[in-house]
Amino acid sequence: MPVDLAEELPVESVVTGARAADWREALRLAGDGLVASGATTADYTDEMIAAVDELGPYIVIAPGLALAHSRPSPAVSRTGLSWVGLAEPVEFGHKANDPVDLVIGLAALDHDGHIEVMSALAGVLADEDGLAALRAAGSPDEVLRTLHALSEGDVES
Amino acid sequence: MKIITVCGMGIGTSVLLKMNAEKALRALDVDADVEAADIGTARGAARTAQIVLTSADLVEELGQVPAKVVVIDNFTSVAEIQAKLQESIA
Repeated sequence: MPVDLAEELPVESVVTGARAADWREALRLAGDGLVASGATTADYTDEMIAAVDELGPYIVIAPGLALAHSRPSPAVSRTGLSWVGLAEPVEFGHKANDPVDLVIGLAALDHDGHIEVMSALAGVLADEDGLAALRAAGSPDEVLRTLHALSEGDVES
Repeated sequence: MKIITVCGMGIGTSVLLKMNAEKALRALDVDADVEAADIGTARGAARTAQIVLTSADLVEELGQVPAKVVVIDNFTSVAEIQAKLQESIA
């Protein structure tokens, strides 16, 4: 049975309708969500931003979607996820996938300890209808309810 | 055949890309080993690979490798990965 992402994502780590002036602010929100879940310290937020400064917006992995993350580091105490739905999309400078309206934050302790979470995430992201329902969710509770429904195999439209 | 998926930090996007690449390979009925790597270990791993899948931003970082480098724009699109793999394998 696939991992229910709603169980990996505490409600304090989910925001919808958030405002970010630019990509750094958007990443800060994702980082704040990870801190709220207890998975990371604020240093990890800086590390995620530094990663994009260093490598470019490689985290914008699909149209409108950024998977914010950095290397395992002392700033990470366990695997964590955060979810930031932006009210207004933000430019990250990615040639093919800008602008971004959904930032998912990810923290991990090592390179393979969170395979099940990644697998569940991959499943959710590949489901176009499911992703549309998630983007339309108007509140953290709605995001979590939708994620839970998706893991059970029911897509709300 | 060996395929490497590369991301910047080794915990997120390369794993996602690896999972979807494996789906694409099954659909193409092609047998290959897919390894996820971060940009640091990718150059070494790429020496024995035939194809490297990565994002546009990391191509420069990756530098010269003997393998064929294929840029994927949408890591969540098995269709895009399948089409590009088919092209590079042919």
